Amino acid sequence: MADLICENLSMTFTNPQSGAAVEALKDINFTLKQGELLSILGPSGCGKTTLLNMIAGFLNPTGGLASLGGNVIEGPGVERGMVFQQGALFEWLPVSKNVDFGLRMKSTDAEESAKLVEKWLDIVGLQGFGDTPTYQLSGGMQQRVALARCLVNDPDVILMDEPLGALDALTREKMQSLVLELWKETGKTILLITHSVEEALLLGERLFVMAPRPGRIHKEYNLPFAERGLKESLRDIKQDAHFSEVREEILTMIWDMEEEIMGGA
Amino acid sequence: MLEWLSDNRAYVAAVVIIMLVAMFIGSIVIGRKQTALTAKDEVFGDPERTKGGWYWAVCGVSTLLLIWFYFSWGVGRAYFPQAANEMCQVAKLEEVISPIKAALPLGSRYYKSTLLVGRNDVQLTTLRNDFPANAFSAAEQAELKDLIVQIRSLIANSSNPTLLNQKTKDELVNLSGQIRALGDELRAGSRGLTPTAEALAQPKWGISLTEIPLLPTTSKGVLFDNVSAKAQDLTSFFRKVRNHVPVNERIIADVRERIKVLKATNEAGSFDEKTDVARKAYVKGVERIFRRLDDGNIFPAASLDGLNAAIADLDAAKDEARGSLRFVEAVFFPGQGVVKSRTQCTEQGSARWLPKPTDVVATFIQLANPDLENGGGYKGTTLLWWKWLPIADVVGFFFPDWVADVWPGEYARHSADGTITPNFKDKLLSFAQGEVYLGSIPMFEGHIWDSLFRVLVALGLGILLGVPLGLFMGVSKFFKSFFDPLIELYRPVPPLAWAPLILTIFGITDDGKIFLLFMVAFAIMVISARTGASGTQLTKIRASHSLGATDRQIMWNVIMPNAMPEILTGIRIAIGVCWGTLVAAEILAGTTGIGFIENIARTVSNYELIWVTILIMGILGLIFDLIMRWVIDRTIPWRGKG
Repeated sequence: MADLICENLSMTFTNPQSGAAVEALKDINFTLKQGELLSILGPSGCGKTTLLNMIAGFLNPTGGLASLGGNVIEGPGVERGMVFQQGALFEWLPVSKNVDFGLRMKSTDAEESAKLVEKWLDIVGLQGFGDTPTYQLSGGMQQRVALARCLVNDPDVILMDEPLGALDALTREKMQSLVLELWKETGKTILLITHSVEEALLLGERLFVMAPRPGRIHKEYNLPFAERGLKESLRDIKQDAHFSEVREEILTMIWDMEEEIMGGA
Repeated sequence: MLEWLSDNRAYVAAVVIIMLVAMFIGSIVIGRKQTALTAKDEVFGDPERTKGGWYWAVCGVSTLLLIWFYFSWGVGRAYFPQAANEMCQVAKLEEVISPIKAALPLGSRYYKSTLLVGRNDVQLTTLRNDFPANAFSAAEQAELKDLIVQIRSLIANSSNPTLLNQKTKDELVNLSGQIRALGDELRAGSRGLTPTAEALAQPKWGISLTEIPLLPTTSKGVLFDNVSAKAQDLTSFFRKVRNHVPVNERIIADVRERIKVLKATNEAGSFDEKTDVARKAYVKGVERIFRRLDDGNIFPAASLDGLNAAIADLDAAKDEARGSLRFVEAVFFPGQGVVKSRTQCTEQGSARWLPKPTDVVATFIQLANPDLENGGGYKGTTLLWWKWLPIADVVGFFFPDWVADVWPGEYARHSADGTITPNFKDKLLSFAQGEVYLGSIPMFEGHIWDSLFRVLVALGLGILLGVPLGLFMGVSKFFKSFFDPLIELYRPVPPLAWAPLILTIFGITDDGKIFLLFMVAFAIMVISARTGASGTQLTKIRASHSLGATDRQIMWNVIMPNAMPEILTGIRIAIGVCWGTLVAAEILAGTTGIGFIENIARTVSNYELIWVTILIMGILGLIFDLIMRWVIDRTIPWRGKG
């Protein structure tokens, strides 16, 4: 099974001028089984994005290691798809060419990739937009393209770096449902970073709250809301007493961390 | 057809000007209406407000053309085609009487005599004040002082009306009378005067190299021509009139004798060097002033008043006889009118350096005519035409001779019976030298094409080499650091500063110019491609890494398209700069090209040709830019919408 395992994963940044070292992450240990949906929450500067970049292979850890399906991660790879906050789409290509980018890089048969593109555009709700230039799409649609572009490559893990952060509330809710649907239908492992506590609760089957200085996993939750979100309306879940309770708990936790940083500063 | 148009360009201009005025007024009317329609919906500062508005473009273009027509005297020539010829005849009279006028307050504020008296007086005073006392003996000093007094008396006697010679008096009165008679002739008008057939057969104004036809073509012109012919005699007579006062004759002879004695003393005496120099200089100064006074050029002021009044009368008569021409000239011929000098009448003021639009078009049509035998083209080359180019020439250009040289074997040698049998190596050489007929392809030729070719080849090379290097410099530390000093050192040098060096090395062939332009285009392309490449968003690069793209694929599929806006902007800038540099390079050296034409036109002061080249360059530059704008709109529509 393609489990994602982090063992004592550490990252220390050294300022090239002063030589001062900052421990961005220290001894991160977790195992993410195939098909799990993990959301990571934490105050700014707790190393969420650093963690994601290391798993994606954009950064090399200074200590420990991350592995996927038993293979140590040493660089970017197709088995770990990435979705960024801003689509990072190729604006010189139309939607379909953006989606089949990965396939073209592998020189996949044109007919086959056309079928795949159509299928995935259908799933993310963009049927008929294949020839539209991406710069004409709204923010939500651009993120749908980014999701399709990632999924068409059939990765084992999908890494999402605040994928819905730049969307308006309504679009965001729709996209949250979409993410849940995709998770269910594809059974992919998803690792999602977010700033929104609600989003983390709704989408996270598992949830890490991270703490800064050094970046570490402060608390871990196992939550039922993602499962429920597949059947119920997300808005109903948000009304749930248990949901509110956990939300308040986490908010207090993060609030205290921020206070601590401010006080210490 | 063209010839008829060329011959009747004044009438063509008349029609065009009426159309331009109609366009000018019409566009303002439409523009005001359109503005009134949308005024309520628009907020000041909204960039959308600038969209559309073709009518203001029409208004602007017609204004520009009307201003051009006006200041080049195009309007004047269109509606008063005879005016310049008449102005030329008036100018003839002006030219002829100018020597008389120059001696009178009418022409130069003071009488010439007054100026002479004043100048001599100042110099005499200076001489007396700067007396080198040590250089002369007491007796000589007294002698010199007396000489100065004598010379002063010459001036006084010449200026005294009572001493005026009766003959001179009569001559001056006679001259004044004849000048007044000329005035009367002018006042009598031009009735009954007709231009000669020869005059009527002259080429029209602006058609031939002598801009304005010289012989009078109207009765008014004939009148002025006749009067100026007569005035010519009067001027010659005036030049000979002298005021030789009898009293002065004796003084002149006496002074001349005494100066001679002083000079003899100077020559004979063995003075020391310093004294010798001072003596000679002083005596020479006295003699110089004396010499100016013995030729009778000073007249009593009162004696010339009659002449002055007569010339003033002639001027008044001239203005009367000009009649409506005065107003036409003031309104339609801005500048200093027409001036006659020696053999031709020339336009003065803006019209001198600003050719009329119709003349520019005519010159352009003449240049554009590909028929070289019948006066088309320029210096044996058409402006833009086509020819059959042997393919062998192209092959010979790209296929270097050394390929044949390094081919195994020897070139053929002539055999014992004096014949040569070419082997394969020989055939290869003749192929490389373009001596094999391979068919022909149609190809452009001409000055414009030569200029274009240089720019396009240099630009093409600049893009081909500069863009890849720039992209690599944008992503690689080695490329950036290795090439940065080289490019940054040569780039800031103005291209024209390189020109003398490169043109000296390469000579006047195309290679040097192309190399110079290549240097310009290369630097611009490197820098723009580099800016584009280094401006790629990191997330895009990371996304493509995660999508499984290799480094080469990312370079080709992400970094290059991402740099496209900068690259295209770079090309647009490079075209402009290359074009500018090319013209300068062609001015420096070359035998074809737009800049070459302009340089030759400059040396012969052919304003029309200069303007034609300027307009051609402007239009070509505009076409380049329109093409680039179109390409940019087509290829990078996402720009500014990311």
